Amino acid sequence: MNNIFNVGLLLSAMRLATPLLLAALGGLFSERSGVINIALEGLMLAGAFTAAAVTWYAGSPWVGLASAVLAGAAIAGIHALACIRYRADQVVSGTAINILLTGVPALLSGAFFLSTGSTPQVPKEQLMPYTPIVIAAVLVPLTYYVLYYTPFGLRLRAVGENPEAADAAGVSVNGMRYAAVLISGALAGIGGAYLSIGQSSLFTRNMSAGRGFIALAALIFGKWRPVQTMLACLLFGFTEAVAIQLQGVHLFGGEEIPTQFVQIIPYVLTIVVLAGFIGTSRAPRALGIAYQKEK
Amino acid sequence: MKLLRELLFPVIAVVVAFVVGGVIVWVIGDNPFEVYGLLLGSALTWPDGIGYTLFYATPLIFTGLAVAVAFRCGLLNIGAEGQLYVAAFACAWVSIKLGGTVIKDFSGAPIGYGWVSLPAVVLVPLAVLTAILVGGAWGAIPGWLKARFGAHEVITTIMMNFIAVALVSYFTQYYYKAPGDPIMESVPVGEAAHIPRLGAFVPGLPERLPLNVAFLLALLACALVYVFLWRTKWGYEIRATGANPSAAEYGGISVRKQIVLAMAVSGALAGMVGINEVLGYRYRYYDSFSDNYGFTGIAVALLGRNHPVGVVLAALLFGMLQRGGIFVDAFSVHVSKDLVQVLQGVVILFVAAELLFRGPFGRFGLLKRSKV
Repeated sequence: MNNIFNVGLLLSAMRLATPLLLAALGGLFSERSGVINIALEGLMLAGAFTAAAVTWYAGSPWVGLASAVLAGAAIAGIHALACIRYRADQVVSGTAINILLTGVPALLSGAFFLSTGSTPQVPKEQLMPYTPIVIAAVLVPLTYYVLYYTPFGLRLRAVGENPEAADAAGVSVNGMRYAAVLISGALAGIGGAYLSIGQSSLFTRNMSAGRGFIALAALIFGKWRPVQTMLACLLFGFTEAVAIQLQGVHLFGGEEIPTQFVQIIPYVLTIVVLAGFIGTSRAPRALGIAYQKEK
Repeated sequence: MKLLRELLFPVIAVVVAFVVGGVIVWVIGDNPFEVYGLLLGSALTWPDGIGYTLFYATPLIFTGLAVAVAFRCGLLNIGAEGQLYVAAFACAWVSIKLGGTVIKDFSGAPIGYGWVSLPAVVLVPLAVLTAILVGGAWGAIPGWLKARFGAHEVITTIMMNFIAVALVSYFTQYYYKAPGDPIMESVPVGEAAHIPRLGAFVPGLPERLPLNVAFLLALLACALVYVFLWRTKWGYEIRATGANPSAAEYGGISVRKQIVLAMAVSGALAGMVGINEVLGYRYRYYDSFSDNYGFTGIAVALLGRNHPVGVVLAALLFGMLQRGGIFVDAFSVHVSKDLVQVLQGVVILFVAAELLFRGPFGRFGLLKRSKV
């Protein structure tokens, strides 16, 4: 019991927080611009599959990572088109993308690699176990800077809070939103790539296992702000690490500790925060509303 | 004429989805016509194809209705998945405790799990009621969180899905799994809790097919939802809230109450999946049994335009796809049953982006939604 909390646990928490952080930062761009992105799960799956498949063919994780970025952005492009151009319900569109992406990678893996939905194993020397962690760590201050200290960030926040005013000031509301959603796809794609060619060495069916939703939870828990979101991701990564460590650990009387209760901590915390029991988490004002110019 | 218009967009969305799917199949290297022939043909044979199609459609009718009722109130219930899990487990729990389940351990000595052994006339209604009430309660929580604190139902229901799955897997693993059983499943329910398979009444339908009375219950639920939504005061108030919450509030309707009520009804409908699964099919709680029924329910409701009749039609379509998918997996060279997920995803995307078909000047088709 004593040796559970150690340096290994903290390192493991950081590794587990990385894909969450990448996806959550992606979600941050999208949602601060006013587009709900519950498609993070599907975007991660797109990135995970593409990274593993391309790395296997090309033999270079960098090419794999770049392809994952493109794949994430491309799928996010569908979401953007549906939500912005065709003013589809953003939650429904995101759900559609999630369902679509539980099918597409498995379908393609089955067809290309004649498998039951996974890619072949990428050789160990072509994996990328550390780079995405560094990318995620760099992205937090970068996002902070972009969001609060650049014209792009100001416009992004403006179209998410008050699109009419932004429009009147000459900002292209829909242009900003397209950019933001594409960025979210690219970042979630990196998060997915880390799952397949960083933490693991192949793509398996539904390997994101709900991490896109935890990332969304972290985003809300972090009040749509970069630094707080990072802290939320670290917390959720930590709970996951603890849950893994506790597996098979027996308490004093020989009772096994049920890991289920540790696993649900992020979800319970998010509900508690949403209900306003611990501070309040306020969404961007125009979140979820398609923008239509006054005629 | 109105009916025709209502039918038009869903039909277009399905056709477009099949075309997109066909292109994907062709790119992958199989013949789309053969794959679709296999997909739909295998679902329409008598008795196996049709029997299984109706069986697979049963949970989707329940979850489709669940999502539709919430949608009519302007809420998106992504939590049907969690609601059906807790309900199915509770249904099994009652049927074990009051059904007098006894199993034999390694040495052949009996282990009793039940308290009493009730007769079927009492046990079945109790188990059914449990599924409905527990599903309803699990659905009412996010409704209450929204009504009381303004917490968005999309996020809370997603979170509650994960909590539900963890909770029931905890109880299954630690309290209701037979000792030594390698599978994550509960001990069997008492035999008195079994509901009959339709094969027992329908000539030509063998009883080995899992299609059971829950299917008839699903059709009954459709009729009841119709009456509830369009023939009762509550239903009217729910629809008024969905159409325009501020006008409803101004008209003297308590929007908060309607939100909780709609989510409770929605959860209860989703919970009825447990009746089909536990009492009619597996006769035990089987961990992670749901094949994304809750999420497919969203597709079913949208495609069925949130109307009970549309829900049945859409559920039958997806039931067919699910049945056919198994054959595609087995008999086609490259394409797997994952094609079904792709078709579903594309269908929802096109139904959601209805404006695509209406042209740039069309009106906004879906319900207006609140902010996250």
